[in-house]
Amino acid sequence: MNKKSRLFYFLLISLLCSISYGTKLYPLTDKRQEAQFSHLLKELRCLVCQNQDLSDSHAPLAQDLRQQIYHFVLSGKSDSEIIQYMTERYGDFILFNPPMKGLTLFLWLGPFLFLIFGFYIFWLTSLKRKYVS
Amino acid sequence: MIKLKFEVIPLILFFILSVFFAKSLWLDPHLLPSSKLGKTLPSFELKTLEGGVFNSSILYGQFSLLNVFASWCDSCIEEQSFLLQLAHQGILIYGLNYKDSQKDAVRWLNEFGNPYKMIALDRKGKVAIELGVYGTPETFLIDKKGIIQYRHVGVLDESIWLKEFKPIVDRLS
Repeated sequence: MNKKSRLFYFLLISLLCSISYGTKLYPLTDKRQEAQFSHLLKELRCLVCQNQDLSDSHAPLAQDLRQQIYHFVLSGKSDSEIIQYMTERYGDFILFNPPMKGLTLFLWLGPFLFLIFGFYIFWLTSLKRKYVS
Repeated sequence: MIKLKFEVIPLILFFILSVFFAKSLWLDPHLLPSSKLGKTLPSFELKTLEGGVFNSSILYGQFSLLNVFASWCDSCIEEQSFLLQLAHQGILIYGLNYKDSQKDAVRWLNEFGNPYKMIALDRKGKVAIELGVYGTPETFLIDKKGIIQYRHVGVLDESIWLKEFKPIVDRLS
């Protein structure tokens, strides 16, 4: 082994180390639970650093919530049960995807209204324009 | 006639947006609506600073404040003098020491004053999660029946007390 390939293998092994370390923090044997856990962490917002999700944040509260979710996933709770637990305590703000209800209706339908409005203007200004040759 | 209308639309949109933007200038994105308002205080049991037992039922029977604080929290220092003043006026304040060590908490209280009737130690932040705490300091106003009537995130000062807490306290007592 020359110097270069030794360095290569060293780097490769250290990369693998970090991967195994990452999963060891929250070990889940079931592949489905693992997927559920990482999915939930991406769905939920860190309330301290508000534009990061829970998987991304180093805030102490995010760590606590990760731990809590980990225990719920381990004990076999469903997504909706866990999300309900979180919104009961922290409100809808913890969800990156706000639920459809009276207050958020405009948020969901607004873009479509503006699209229709845009088409209307397009129709009035461009399509109805008469050619002047 | 139609031509004039379309020229006005961007102007109207501009003014509507301006109103929203102007409003957002004075909005604090860290102030979140509390989903615990009007609900009963979750029941919990923790150790007190003195080594006794703090059961959440202590808070029932008279209105009181539950203040979440920590020795590592810089802005908690700011509100401490006002809390002392409130305690002096006879307002019952309980403390929830959040993710802190007992030693640091005692040292901090000796330095900045102790307005609390009793202090519960929430070392792992479990009760704080039950309460939906996301930043210290936070203050909960709890009525006789143990229902959370108001919650303030951030430093509690006299103007916030007079504006938000006092009317509820007056109505309840």
